Amino acid sequence: MSPRGARADTAGVARFLAVRLLRFATLLAGVSVLAFALVLNSPVDPIQAYIGADVNISDEQLARLREYWGLDGSPVERYFAWASAMAEGNLGVSTLYKAPVAAVIGERFWASFALMGAAWMFSGVIGYALGVVAAFHRGRLADRIITGYSYALSSTPAFWLGIVFLAVFAVWLGWFPVGLAGPHGVPAEEVTLTQRLRHFALPVATLSLIGVANIAMHTRERMTDVLHSDYVLFARARGELNRSVFWNHGLRNSIVPAITLQFAYFAELFGGSVLAETVFSYPGLGSTLTAAALGGDVPLLLGIVLISSAFVFAGNTVADLINAAIDPRVRTSP
Amino acid sequence: MSAVTIPVTATDARRRPGALALSLAGTGALVAAIAAGSVLLDGAGLTSNIASRLLPPSLEHPFGTDHLGRDMFTRVVKGLALSMGIGLLTALLSTVVSGILGIAAALAARWFDNAISWLIDLFIGIPHLIFMILIAFTVGGGIPGIVLGIATTHWMALALLVRADTKQLRDAGFVKVSRGLGKSPLFIARKHLLPLAFPQLMVGFVLMFPHVVLHEAALTFLGFGFSPQTPAIGILLSEGMPHILSGNWWLAAFPGLTLLLTVLSFARLGDRLRSRLDPRIPIG
Repeated sequence: MSPRGARADTAGVARFLAVRLLRFATLLAGVSVLAFALVLNSPVDPIQAYIGADVNISDEQLARLREYWGLDGSPVERYFAWASAMAEGNLGVSTLYKAPVAAVIGERFWASFALMGAAWMFSGVIGYALGVVAAFHRGRLADRIITGYSYALSSTPAFWLGIVFLAVFAVWLGWFPVGLAGPHGVPAEEVTLTQRLRHFALPVATLSLIGVANIAMHTRERMTDVLHSDYVLFARARGELNRSVFWNHGLRNSIVPAITLQFAYFAELFGGSVLAETVFSYPGLGSTLTAAALGGDVPLLLGIVLISSAFVFAGNTVADLINAAIDPRVRTSP
Repeated sequence: MSAVTIPVTATDARRRPGALALSLAGTGALVAAIAAGSVLLDGAGLTSNIASRLLPPSLEHPFGTDHLGRDMFTRVVKGLALSMGIGLLTALLSTVVSGILGIAAALAARWFDNAISWLIDLFIGIPHLIFMILIAFTVGGGIPGIVLGIATTHWMALALLVRADTKQLRDAGFVKVSRGLGKSPLFIARKHLLPLAFPQLMVGFVLMFPHVVLHEAALTFLGFGFSPQTPAIGILLSEGMPHILSGNWWLAAFPGLTLLLTVLSFARLGDRLRSRLDPRIPIG
């Protein structure tokens, strides 16, 4: 590449990055407006709920707090009062847990992170492998089984799969405990790694299995394209067998779309984890979200909505960046 | 969605010509059976009867009975009918939104198109289930919460397709002539573009239906849908949880499997309709 071309390319990348980051910021602002507007129209007042946790509050303090939060202002003023508190990291106090929202979320974040991270890895690897096998055997028995299985999975209610796993593996076979992150009544510090893993297995299995279908079917399509390309035809003419066709051509032409797809899958992953965590009473963000919404805990609800949306937008942005890094056409198109 | 033309493969060559008709007939029969069953089955199965608590499946109770002695078959059929009704309403609403926004984005000024695409990004980014929970929280659960929550989170993919299709037609000869004759954009959208977008919208509607039904069941299961007395699949399962965990497998198996079959048959029908509409897209 000529130096001039390289410079133009760098400028293009910088512009692309700036546009993507700006979009990320506006989307996050959009979610906060949307969420705030929705909660404002709900039976519970969002700012009233911040002080709801504290009952021993004098009228004078209440009046000062109302003034501080701008409770008597217009919805727009109230939004900005709330948003600036959010931006400073003050997420308010959870009415359900009587603790700062940031602390409640922080406590449960890692449990959810481990669950979703493991499911994300497993579903990605297994789904990709199944997609590759299906494409190489397109139209034959292995393909039919994998395709049928993916179709059935994508029509399976995630929470029902969790219930089936519980009924079969925990109740009937007794291989795994019924729920929670550790044995009941044992302090968190004393739970051993093996116990933790045993409690972790079924929720992860549920969430991973649900995620397999999407990536398997997309990889199958992509790999079929690759296998019908002229360069693979030429490789086969040279005498390359399936194994080397895969390592030399198939993998590098299909792994990036698969990874991109997995990053774009964050939104579904969050939804699935809400259901899996609720079924298995797993103490993560998902089950806490359900509890917050059912219990009218507005600050906690808003906090989790914002955090999870930020995660999904970040995932989508990473997917865009990977796409752009690999395929220059994405970068240069406006 | 990739625009790559996929070459004819062994599977495509063996594609059975009657597959679409078969799928249509099967799904139609299923819908008819559920609708008829929900009308014909009287309320007797829904009243509790302590004498027949937690009976395993038998000839009298094909799907067994629950912890209050209610007939699970009646409850499942009524639940599926409810799911389909909600699904129909929600998918229709969502399809209308997709059509209007998709065509409007393609026809209107660039800033409007950008605004729509930002909105699409926004709604794609919000985790759907979490947003639905937020809506259900605001609206206060029940049918309005479910319909509104699911409809607002399912229009994006179809709107993108309609927008892309309409953009290709925007500069077609007949549209130019119509514009030259002084017809308004609304007239062009209604008389020229909507009829052409209709097949796409119809397929989108059928493909949306399974997602809608699954999300309704999930929301109901989490406790944001109907009142506990309503026989909805999500409620049957959440109510049955403690009893499923003590070994009454039929409480989990039948509601889940019938829902899976219903959803699957609609998903397959949608795929076959789509591949009929656009032969480049292979069926699975």
